[in-house]
Amino acid sequence: MRILLSAIAFALCAMTAQAQDLQTLLQDNAAQIAKPSRNAIGPVLDDMVATGLPQVPTFLEQWSDKNVWQNEDTGTFFIATKTGDTLTLTDIDTGAQSTAPADGFKQLKPNGGVRRVIGTALVQFQLIDPDTTRRAAALESIARRPEAAQLAPLMASLDGEDDPALRARKENLITILSARFAEDPADRIAAIEALAEETSVESRAVLNQILATKPGVATTLPDANIATQYDPMADPDANHAALVTADLATPLTTPDDIRAAMEAHIIDGRVGNTPTAQLNTDAARATAYATLAAAGTVPPLIGIPERDNALQSHVFFDTYTEDDPAITTAARAALDQVETAVALAQTVDLGLDALSLASIYFLAAIGLAITFGVMGVINMAHGEFIMMGAYTGYVIQLFVPDYTIAILIALPTAFAITFAAGVTMERLVIRHLYHRPLETLLATFGISIALQQLAKNIFGTQARPLTSPAWLDGAWVISDVIQISYIRIAIFFLALFFLALILFILKRTRLGLEVRAVTQNPGMAASMGINPDRINMLTFGLGSGIAGIAGVAIGLYAKVTSEMGADYIVQSFMTVVVGGVGNVWGTLAGASLIGGLQKGIEWFNPSNTLAAQTYMILFIILFIQFRPKGIVALKGRAAAD
Amino acid sequence: MHNTFIARNPSVLWFLAALGLFTFGVTILSEATGLGLISTSFVKTLGKTLCLCLIAIAMDVVWGYCGILSLGHFAFFGIGGYAIGMWLMYARTEAIVLQNFSAQTIPATPQEISDAIGNQIFGVVGSSDFPAIWSFADSLVLQLAMVVLIPGLLALVFGWLAFRSRVTGVYLSILTQAMTLALSLYLFQNDSGLRGNNGLSGLQNIPGFEQTPQATISIVFFLASAFALGAGYLFFAWVISGKMGSVVQGIRDNEARVRFLGYHVESYKLFIFTITAVVSGIAGALYYPQAGIINPGEIAPIASIYLAVWVAIGGRGRLYGAVIGAAFVSLLSSWFTGGGAPDINLGFYTIQWTDWWLVLLGLSFVVVTLYFPKGIGGLFDYLVRKPS
Amino acid sequence: MRLPAFTLASLLASTAIASAECADPIKVGVLHSLSGSMAISETTLKDVMLMLVEQQNAAGGVLGCELEAVVVDPASDWPLFAEKARELLTVHEVDVIFGNWTSVSRKSVLPVIEELNGLLFYPVQYEGEESSKNVFYTGAAPNQQAIPAVDYFLEELGVEKFALLGTDYVYPRTTNNILESYLIDNGIAAEDIFVNYTPFGHSDWATIVGDVVALGEDGKQVGVISTINGDANIGFYKELAAADVSADDIPVVAFSVGEEELSGLDTSNLVGHLAAWNYFQSAESDANAEFIAAWKAFAGEDRVTNDPMEAHYIGFNMWVNAVTAAETTDVDAVRAAMYGQEFPNLTGGTAVMLPNHHLAKPVLIGEITAEGQFDIISQTSEVPGDAWTDFLPESAVLTSDWKDLGCGMYNTETETCVQLTSNY
Repeated sequence: MRILLSAIAFALCAMTAQAQDLQTLLQDNAAQIAKPSRNAIGPVLDDMVATGLPQVPTFLEQWSDKNVWQNEDTGTFFIATKTGDTLTLTDIDTGAQSTAPADGFKQLKPNGGVRRVIGTALVQFQLIDPDTTRRAAALESIARRPEAAQLAPLMASLDGEDDPALRARKENLITILSARFAEDPADRIAAIEALAEETSVESRAVLNQILATKPGVATTLPDANIATQYDPMADPDANHAALVTADLATPLTTPDDIRAAMEAHIIDGRVGNTPTAQLNTDAARATAYATLAAAGTVPPLIGIPERDNALQSHVFFDTYTEDDPAITTAARAALDQVETAVALAQTVDLGLDALSLASIYFLAAIGLAITFGVMGVINMAHGEFIMMGAYTGYVIQLFVPDYTIAILIALPTAFAITFAAGVTMERLVIRHLYHRPLETLLATFGISIALQQLAKNIFGTQARPLTSPAWLDGAWVISDVIQISYIRIAIFFLALFFLALILFILKRTRLGLEVRAVTQNPGMAASMGINPDRINMLTFGLGSGIAGIAGVAIGLYAKVTSEMGADYIVQSFMTVVVGGVGNVWGTLAGASLIGGLQKGIEWFNPSNTLAAQTYMILFIILFIQFRPKGIVALKGRAAAD
Repeated sequence: MHNTFIARNPSVLWFLAALGLFTFGVTILSEATGLGLISTSFVKTLGKTLCLCLIAIAMDVVWGYCGILSLGHFAFFGIGGYAIGMWLMYARTEAIVLQNFSAQTIPATPQEISDAIGNQIFGVVGSSDFPAIWSFADSLVLQLAMVVLIPGLLALVFGWLAFRSRVTGVYLSILTQAMTLALSLYLFQNDSGLRGNNGLSGLQNIPGFEQTPQATISIVFFLASAFALGAGYLFFAWVISGKMGSVVQGIRDNEARVRFLGYHVESYKLFIFTITAVVSGIAGALYYPQAGIINPGEIAPIASIYLAVWVAIGGRGRLYGAVIGAAFVSLLSSWFTGGGAPDINLGFYTIQWTDWWLVLLGLSFVVVTLYFPKGIGGLFDYLVRKPS
Repeated sequence: MRLPAFTLASLLASTAIASAECADPIKVGVLHSLSGSMAISETTLKDVMLMLVEQQNAAGGVLGCELEAVVVDPASDWPLFAEKARELLTVHEVDVIFGNWTSVSRKSVLPVIEELNGLLFYPVQYEGEESSKNVFYTGAAPNQQAIPAVDYFLEELGVEKFALLGTDYVYPRTTNNILESYLIDNGIAAEDIFVNYTPFGHSDWATIVGDVVALGEDGKQVGVISTINGDANIGFYKELAAADVSADDIPVVAFSVGEEELSGLDTSNLVGHLAAWNYFQSAESDANAEFIAAWKAFAGEDRVTNDPMEAHYIGFNMWVNAVTAAETTDVDAVRAAMYGQEFPNLTGGTAVMLPNHHLAKPVLIGEITAEGQFDIISQTSEVPGDAWTDFLPESAVLTSDWKDLGCGMYNTETETCVQLTSNY
């Protein structure tokens, strides 16, 4: 098969090679090539392809990749690569190489729209190319701009396809193209029914295109493939506007029209017997206008009754652009089925987003849950520990170019640095304030502003990049609707890991036992031989260290700035408080509630994310009023303030 | 009664005398009188500082005396500013619109006037509908009432819910912080009808006084702020001096004990919380016409935390401490960030105060909390006791 | 009128001796935040002003006088902008102010500048719908950035369905309003325009990016117009890259993303997405090469140039030429001399100061490259800036002409001047 095709290609070349070379053709259309436009480049591309020259696909690919340069004096086009100030030129037809200074040459930069058209022109060459990436590119081009003419070559190429992924993609595209462009209506309906099983954006696009409608208005319903008929009074103003556009009615007389009429017909300080000074109410103006209209000086007023009369005497409808009712019926049924599946998938996706948000909140708050929840210490600088962790990641990436290794180093380093910072803070400040919780809040706030400004002084206010390793790029795509980025999945598992770790430390280790003992009764714990100072220090360090790790994770998915901590601090406190202080499960519940709630509100009002945040905070305020101890409330003596 | 009150609190008299002297001095030296030794922009700064002192004493009463660390009092301050700002904007725009319509042959209908005003005020933020929240903006009296009523009502409802549920201590602090965060996020939305992030601007132009120079307007507002501060000081000094003051301070020191003594603790707290909110609203209404613009950034949680910082540095539990803290820190802050402080060259590194001032402030705050819980006001104790 | 460079130079050289006789230097106020959230953007503009003043002094100053830059720091605090502007005009008595970045800071300064009859050059792209007698807007109005970008989407990329994503503040709100109206005029149905607003610094973009991808479900070409501001862009572009949204499928054009914003990002996954500005560092012209070289020598080798810097460059040089022409720094005389001032753009072509206080400038569209720069793929001829957009009914009837009509808000229907002050 392949031999046959290349033989044909060879024959074609031989036939037309002497006709002309590509450069001449390019020169004939030099202006179009140098400054191409999506709408006008089509015929030029057709001409190029029609020559059948073997260098055409190469030229098109290079052109699309911005590797074609034009000599500014002679206008000759070259394929070129730039190194420093010199260009290595390749002749388009002969392939002869030469070098020249870049100064006299201009790079051609076809824009995205033109590149897409070039992509379509390349399809016929790439579809049977031995290189799989080229074949994949061809399929992408088809998916972007499906055309009827592509169906036959695509079907022809299916047989020779040995790559299973590409083969599946080709079959998929054949179904999509058949649904719209197949000759036989039965084939189309079969393809449409096949599409009903898919939730991809592409297949929905095809169904929607088949079901495309155009609005119409007439005195009686025409004989066409009618999609819907409207009640004229459902949206009277819009329908009336449609009537006016179709020249079937006169436009409404607007207040501006009335005002203009008044101004145009002032006679002796009066408009239709009304003195101008009295025209400061709508009623007076209406009277004056009626007088003018009765005299025939202005067109009669078109008001609501006239509008409604016009609406009642017409029909408003949508017609399918597709004439065959069988096809539209099949497409409608398929789309209904797809939409049910999509709605389900969207719910699942929303759930995933909520889960992801909850895990981010959880990660940001879990350190706080230890320091605030278990120790009862308010640490307003917690957000700044998150920031320190993120900057640690950034600094390590500066020195370690391999992102995977950098992250692996950054996580423990961030923990170590924030652990140390937390311990230092506990030693120097917090231990002096254990019995004055409100003042802990203020002192740690002082530290927070100092740290934030310090970060600004060191790193600047510009956001810094913290780039995830390549294996965390991209998303886990279950379908076109349900997908979640790997980085969020990683954060989710990190959150789970810390949940397990902290539960383990608190419930199963000596340290955890001591922490709980000191939390419940420091005096008694001390008399049992536990050193409360040491325990407090370690607990605080642990909470801070986790904040540092959270910082690396948050920096990876969002941004690293000196103010990033402040974005999370209030949210984190609320997570802890809503969940119930002194309980890791409570923090989990709080994070889930807040994440879920935020996504839920966003879903109701997708155009305004800010409103979602406001309502969520209001909800939390109310929630705490009615359940001040949080979702998971401690019972007994530990619950005392 | 009044005599005894003053007699029991000589510091009130001292404070009022100092304030009067200061006000008199600034007025004499200002551009309005022609001496011009103090520029109009500095008079505005001083006037604004007096308003900050007023909210600081409110904060001191609610925190230093009643023990409620509210991190949301700037919300009330902002509401006061918005309430007066709405009238200022509306009235100024109405004058422009009416003048424009008066040049036309056909007199305008009320609807046309309202549309034109809406278009002027909201056109710059991409809308022209008059939100319902502006219904009373045409009436100075109603908007002035709102300066007092809205902060009062909000504080009343919020406080009633919170105190009823026995939300205390740090929980309450975080809740108040959430309240001001929610309010500022709400106002950041354009849909809130208060021009979103742009806020209300041009507030220094007082309708009806378009021809009066800013030098005069600034001194009038300065005097009004000074009067409000004096009155507020007197009022709060009176509130905290009587039996009520003792109960309130008792609540601060041991809430449970006061409750067992038979006092209805919640009512006292609610009263203090609400009146301080009202005073904050008044302070805001005086502040923003001097600042010229109010926007949601003004009531971000950080502002309320700074308020606590001022009071703590000045010295809690004494009204003059709050005034000193607010005036001292806010003026020092603008001196440092305004580039007034000379840079320190360490040879290898130059300390620029615009960059390092916040670090200094943050750390000094830690030091004050740790070692000088009485703040700057504590120095007075030292001075007063030493000679005796 | 425009003085050729050499006559200007010789004229200044001849008066350079006179500068000894000039008692007071001419003061140039610089009102840019040097601290706070806007410092990163505005400090650069302060530096560029210092460089321009230094260059002008080296060339002999203006009118035989030395120029002196008076720098104040409004610290990203909007009320402080008004206070500092008053201080510049009354205490320092500056002759001109170059400053501001955000719209809200401009609105804060406007009443003060108008009250004291100052002169402000505002260098940043903004939402329009404003015209002040005392402000020259050297940045782009919506018709110099947003409208050409949308035209490019409609004509060159064939976009049929639009997602307008913005940060919730005045510039995106107004711009999106104008664009919605413009798109509907161009035959895009209202239901094919998706609008979303997010808070400053927003980081949770997964749902919104998902919604945008889902817009393609009716088979129309989707394009995103982004007026997302500042840090929030980082999360947005990271999520775009993670969702593998290529520029070929869903192109994104941004109005607030420049060379500096890209430096916080790994752009390898964003190649081909677009930005529209009046200037890119990658513009190829001798003047630009010279400007970049001077800037790097002045500020440091790793510094980049951007659009507002070019606006200050043009604005400052026009002001110098206007002062020279008027032979005084008196605000009213300089303003009269400003109209019709011409100065070469760094991107080629000539900027002209129009009677509505806006410039005529070319519009450039660039594609993001893997190196974090922009590859210019489209450049229009000079577009005259329009203070009042033609695409909103309320402002379509308004026009601004300070030269002949002497009014910034002139209603062409009723032929009256709505107001002489600006609306703030």
